[in-house]
Amino acid sequence: MKPTCLRNPLLAALLLGPALVSNGYAVTESTGDYRIFTFSAEEPYFYKDGKVDFGTYNGFRRYHSECHVCHGPAGLGSSYAPALMKSMETMTFAQFVDVVVRGRQQRANFVMPGFAENMNVLPYLHDMFAYLKARADGAIPGATRPAKFPKVDIK
Amino acid sequence: MRQFRYTAAAAVVALAIGSSGSAFANAELIGMQNNPNDWVMQNGNYANTRFSELDQINAGNVKDLKVAWTFSTGVLRGHEGGPLVIGDVMYVHAPFPNTVFALDLKDNGRIIWKYEPKQDPSVIPVMCCDTVNRGVAYGDDKIFLYQADATLVALDAKTGTKVWSVSNGDPNKGATGTSAPVVVKDKVLVGISGGEFGVRGHLTAYNIKDGSMAWRGYSMGPDADTLIDPQKTTHLGKPVGKDSGTSTWEGDQWKIGGGTTWGWYSYDPELNLVYYGSGNPSTWNPVQRPGDNRWSMTIFARDADTGMAKWVYQMTPHDEWDYDGINEMILVDKEIGGKSRKVLVHFDRNGFGYTVDRVTGELLVAEKYDPAVNWATHVDMATGRPQVVPQYSTHHNGEDVNSTGICPAALGSKDQQPASYSPKTGLFYVPTNHVCMDYEPFRVSYTAGQPYVGATLSMYPAPGGDHLGNFIAWDADKGEIVWSNPEKFSVWSGALATAGGVVFYGTLEGYLKAVDAKTGKELYKFKTPSGIIGNVNTYMHNGKQYVAVLSGLGGWAGIGMAAGLTDPTAGLGAVGAYASLSNYTNLGGQLTVFELPN
Ligand code: HEC
Repeated sequence: MKPTCLRNPLLAALLLGPALVSNGYAVTESTGDYRIFTFSAEEPYFYKDGKVDFGTYNGFRRYHSECHVCHGPAGLGSSYAPALMKSMETMTFAQFVDVVVRGRQQRANFVMPGFAENMNVLPYLHDMFAYLKARADGAIPGATRPAKFPKVDIK
Repeated sequence: MRQFRYTAAAAVVALAIGSSGSAFANAELIGMQNNPNDWVMQNGNYANTRFSELDQINAGNVKDLKVAWTFSTGVLRGHEGGPLVIGDVMYVHAPFPNTVFALDLKDNGRIIWKYEPKQDPSVIPVMCCDTVNRGVAYGDDKIFLYQADATLVALDAKTGTKVWSVSNGDPNKGATGTSAPVVVKDKVLVGISGGEFGVRGHLTAYNIKDGSMAWRGYSMGPDADTLIDPQKTTHLGKPVGKDSGTSTWEGDQWKIGGGTTWGWYSYDPELNLVYYGSGNPSTWNPVQRPGDNRWSMTIFARDADTGMAKWVYQMTPHDEWDYDGINEMILVDKEIGGKSRKVLVHFDRNGFGYTVDRVTGELLVAEKYDPAVNWATHVDMATGRPQVVPQYSTHHNGEDVNSTGICPAALGSKDQQPASYSPKTGLFYVPTNHVCMDYEPFRVSYTAGQPYVGATLSMYPAPGGDHLGNFIAWDADKGEIVWSNPEKFSVWSGALATAGGVVFYGTLEGYLKAVDAKTGKELYKFKTPSGIIGNVNTYMHNGKQYVAVLSGLGGWAGIGMAAGLTDPTAGLGAVGAYASLSNYTNLGGQLTVFELPN
């Protein structure tokens, strides 16, 4: 791993590791069956028995390949960019999409790039949103790889 | 990125123009690297031994070491590399914005000049969020700074004014600069970072007089790009054949093939060869790029004048773990297998310590330098290929499958932090990581300037261990660890060995440590204000020996420090052992200089 950014995430991962557990959230379990769950802005993820739906899991993967270099592992934030698990406490899906697609720069030298051209981000915006919401709600404790339900192929 | 094409004609012209200055700068630096009073290149000398003949500070008195003076760089990011010392002047660099200071050693580090580049702000997202820099180079009365935005700048060493600058890559396409340049003869050599953005790596030589390009050798591509001769360039003694840099790639994938060159470069003046390693192939999803992906993960020996490759050795064909081959090549003359040899010793990210005949590229020794290494059983000495264990093959396990328990982790048994070699003990001193990982590759598509990664990783301490690093002494003939000191955190600081029988290194908690070169016994430690990821050096001024090191955990550590490393799957009992780094240190950016009391 080599690029500047990505070398250091490794260092971060090394320093940090997967166990920022200590939250005191009470997560409500989803009702119904993960096989018929579909994403919506109001109910972005499915959570039951400590497991999340595959889309939310994919959000974890995509977040950690595109966003964590700036926003820190698991949305914890860094000295460079805000903690998205905090932002997600209030952010709507529409606001999220707007920032990620168009980018933002409110302070000099702090750049949130626009991802409008990135095909590793655009198709998965809802998955990332679901993952970060699940982090904000405490459904995914810490920076661990979330436990997941199998992938559901919707025809 | 602008594509510079090598042509034989251009190289010949460059050679003719450069030849007069060449002899001069070459002789100057070869002389200077042998003067132990100075520290004239990042790793002490062309051989990258990080060894100093100074012995005023020795195993007997190092316990009395104290701080002589300190200096703040004003930047709170990761500080890699270290200062240069030439006569009465010390040159100190900082990470982004890449400030350079010339400090007056006659006056406790008074600032003689300061240079702060204005960089294209588009580099910030690419560099995010820690923008390390491994230091400046000296030659021909100039200081060479390789900026984050991949601009190489030549500064007048006396005044700090810019003499020339040249762009070595396009940050908008993910190409950035982090490595320390090295001056060889009348040229300055630089590599490129950006393997996670699909940047195709190259080593490029610029003429020190005016910054014009002399040659550029890519890590992959047609022979004209790689400066590989199908007949004369060898891999383990055999000619590589035509277009070896494209034939093990599918279609055009080599164009975004990675193999970046962000590590260290060594030089053997007698053989006139430059040595360095290339990084991981892009993407991290091995399933997406079938083949050996030559010449990523490769040790290169190139002619310093023309860039032509004399030999290559690919350590990790078809990488499946991000084991970049960029770590330093240490050049020593040594008895190996009962025969005196000119060798190159290299501690690779993949966990094997290699001893290679640097004249011919013959593989002599390849042994694990951390017993935890499990992804391969051994290296086949005839083919040079690691024998991969299927359980740990992320390609074999496939996309969307999480391969677990792979050792070492992607950051390697050792990353770029350079080792040192003492001719007095005949041992190598190696800062190491003792970390393993889970690795899950998945499909990604390429967009210029956007990350091109394609895997998620989690990392945790090696099984059974309660520590994340070791500082070891290595016998490169036998391929054996001689002694090993456990460290709570990974050792991310370059080592220094001296004729005083002492070895120095820094720790992530911020300690500068001195240990006995023979036994590894700790002789001294001092807690600097921030974690150390810089490299220790030493010099003599006014008849007195000093030791200097940069402290400064980076922007990344800023978040990393939020908690300790724990592995929920490896037994919760171990959790307490990984007390968080934030309990030990904080962000910083400081030079600390040590001396013996008068
Ligand atoms: C190059 C660094 C960088 C990368 C990569 C990055 N961000 Fe950001 N992001 C920032 C910065 C800096 C801000 C704050 C910008 C501001 O406030 O002007 C930000 C802000 C945001 C915000 C708004 C937060 C709030 O509280 O208002 C969201 C949402 C966000 N980013 C999502 C993402 C997602 C999703 C990704 C990955 C697809 C991503 N970012 C990748 C740097 C980055």
